Order: sequence, then C-alpha cells, then structure tokens
Amino acid sequence: MTSTFTRWYLATGLASALLLAPGSTHAQDLLNQLESTPTDSLRREYVTATFKGTRIVNGHSIETPGRGSMLFLISHRFGTLNSGAYEFFGLDQATIRLGLEYGLTDRLAVGVGRSSLEKTYDGFVKYKVLRQSSGPRPLPVSVTLLATSAVSTLKFQPQPERSTTSRFTYTYQALLARKFSSNLSVQLMPTLVHRNYVALRRDQNDVYALGAAARQKLTKRVALTAEYYYVLPGNTADDYRNSLALGFDIETGGHVFQLHFTNSQGMIEKFFIPQTTGNFFDGDIYFGFNISRAFQLSNRE
Amino acid sequence: MAQSKFLTRTGTISFFSATPIEDIEARSQMVGAAVDVQVGQVAFTVPMKSFQFPKSLMQEHFNENYVESEKYPRATFSGRLVNWTAAALPATGPQPVQVEGDLTIHGVTKHIRVPGTLEKQGNRLLVKSKFAVAPADYNIEIPALVRNQIAKSVDVTVNLACNPAP
Repeated sequence: MTSTFTRWYLATGLASALLLAPGSTHAQDLLNQLESTPTDSLRREYVTATFKGTRIVNGHSIETPGRGSMLFLISHRFGTLNSGAYEFFGLDQATIRLGLEYGLTDRLAVGVGRSSLEKTYDGFVKYKVLRQSSGPRPLPVSVTLLATSAVSTLKFQPQPERSTTSRFTYTYQALLARKFSSNLSVQLMPTLVHRNYVALRRDQNDVYALGAAARQKLTKRVALTAEYYYVLPGNTADDYRNSLALGFDIETGGHVFQLHFTNSQGMIEKFFIPQTTGNFFDGDIYFGFNISRAFQLSNRE
Repeated sequence: MAQSKFLTRTGTISFFSATPIEDIEARSQMVGAAVDVQVGQVAFTVPMKSFQFPKSLMQEHFNENYVESEKYPRATFSGRLVNWTAAALPATGPQPVQVEGDLTIHGVTKHIRVPGTLEKQGNRLLVKSKFAVAPADYNIEIPALVRNQIAKSVDVTVNLACNPAP
C-alpha cells in the first residue's frame, strides 16, 4: 500500500516537474550553458584607458591617440603662487605649450609642440610595445616607449651664438603602467635626458631619472593624479629639485581637462626633469592646466 | 527527432545611434547565442568590450563611462518565442516571430518583446531581429555636454547564423 502510494507520488511529482518547468528557467539554462563554455575566457582582452589622457601632468602616460585620431593640446602654466598679490599669485604670468599629436596606428603615435619657454620646438615618437591584458597568456603591465627631441630657438646672448647641434636635447623613456582596478592606475618611468650642451663643466650631459605616477578615479569622469620624478644622484640632482605635480583630470566628452599644481614651469621633459628649480613646499607652485581636444581625421576601419 | 538546439559564438550585434550632430555605429562579432526550436527558447550573451567603434575615443567612452564594461562585462538576453510550436518553422524562407524575455544591459534587466525572423538554411538556423533600446531605461547616464550627440533610442540589429548543437 505504502509503496504504491510512494510510486504514485513520485510519478506525479516527476510529471508535474516536467510539465510545469517554467519556460524562463529553461532559457536561463541555455544562457548559463552559453556563459559557462570557456570561449570567452580564451579570448585575450586588452586593458583600456589606463589613463585619461596622453599626459599625466607634465610627463607622458602610456596612452597614445587611437588610429586616425589627432589631439590638439594646450598646456599652460601660470607663475608661482608665492609671487604675491602684486602678481595676482602668478596669474599675471604664463608659459604655454601648443601641441599636436596623431595616432598613425592604435599603437604608434607622433607629435610636435612649441613651448614659449626658451622658444622650444619639440617632436616625439611613441610606441605601445606591450599592452596589459587578461585571458590566455595575460600580461600584468603595459609598456610604451617614448623618444623625444627638443630644440631651443632662443637668440642666445651674449655672442657667440650657439651652434645648431648644441641646441638639441633628447629624452628616452620607458613607460610601464598597470591598471590595478578601474579606479587605480600606477606608472613608472625610467628616463634618460641627454643634453648636447650644458653651460657649466659640472653640469651633466646625461641626466637619469626615475618617475612614478598614479591616477585614482574619484568619479566616472574625475580623477586625481600625482606625478614625481626622482633625479638620480649627480650634480644636476644637487643643483635642481625633483619635479612634483598633483592634478585633477576632468573628462567632458571629446575633451580631457587637466588642472594641476606643480613646482616645474616647463612642460617638456628637458625642462621639468633636469631643470626644475621650484620648492613645492615653499610655495613655488605653478598652477596650470592641459586641455586636449580630439579630432578624428580618419575612421579606424 | 529533428535537430532542436542551435548555437553560435560568432553572431553579430550592431547598434546605431542617429542624431543631427553625429551618427554612431558599433558592431560586435562575438555574440554567443543559443536557440532551442523544439521548446522555443532563445538566449544570447555579448561581451561589451567586443563592440568596435569607428573612433577609438567613442569606444573608450562607451566602455569607461556609459556601459561600465569592467563592472558589467556582458549584455544578456534570455527569453522565449511567443505562441511557438516547433512545426511553425517552414522548410524554406524566413518565419516572422515575436520574442519575449529579459534583456540585461549595464546590470539592469528589462522585460522586452521584440520582432524577429527565423530561417532554416541547410542545417543552419538564421536568426534576425531589429529593435530599439533606450539607454535611459538601463541607467546609462549621458552627460549633458554630449547628450545631443547620442540618440535617446538606439537601434539594435541582431544577426545570427547558428549551427546545430550536439
């Protein structure tokens, strides 16, 4: 009797389970099946947007403009905050750099710029060698190489005029970055600045520095940035100061608007790495901004 | 029994946003989809980062700001064919169908009902659908500055060629 009942119970239970299985559960099964299959994890995925712009503050980030994208950069530094009310705390003075950079491919970019400081023209080539990725054979970091040259076109006084070669400075950087989370990115920049000409015998032609930078997102469109360049021991390190900068990145669509405070007046490597004079903690702080505007000159496909 | 389950991993989904200022089109060719014609069930999943945009900056904004791909890596749909019997699938030609189910984008799930077609072609099953999605429905915030560049309603086109699944 009992066994018949049990059998009947089991049978109806099974039947109702089969008949009443709600449709959505089945579809969910299909979905689960789709998502559990490993094709997704077999695909290499590159980390994007480690930094908002191609610059962190003064120096470069690992980012390059995408293929066919032209960036117009306006970089601006006012005078020092401690220059007092007469100078309107630095706002009466300004140095500026205008720049253009272009993505030849998604990984290779070239750029040119003109700084008002020492009437300097600069040009650079930047290449993303490695890109941080997840999936098969994941890479923990991105590496971008940067080579720049700068030429001062100042009319030097007193005579004799300096030769053309003596006006050139070169910078070589390896930019290593890791995006730890969608909010935090960190970058290291071993750097060599080679100056063809230095004024004094004790000055170094080759200045080595190690830079470090970080970005912490505060909201989806606002991030806090910090950048520091430690100049390796030598006469230059004794005579000048390390460059320190703190800033905000504000993204508004086609623009990245960066506001910052730094003890460096120049906005290219040859200035802010071996020639920073300001003492940040004495108020030799230059308030400034970078604005970059992207123009798409050709589509990626 | 006839083949009932069909699968693809390389389906296409594209979307198109048209405004007077700018047209934006993006496409993914990494759509995973499964259709069970016996019971009329449909499911698909697409990695958000697989959408390719003509402008790299658009792609960055899409992933970083709008759909937040790192937090919500996939869009999914699971649903069923409305009033479906397996016999309704003709040997040739597309069969218009209605699909009803849950669409999840940016972590938000909405119940939708959209039109589409199913077509047997050899041993493959072709699935097509066109429908509109409003970013606002999925809590996708567009900042005021670019609000006029992104359409209130985005046209989504689904194109799948599914192979018989074991």
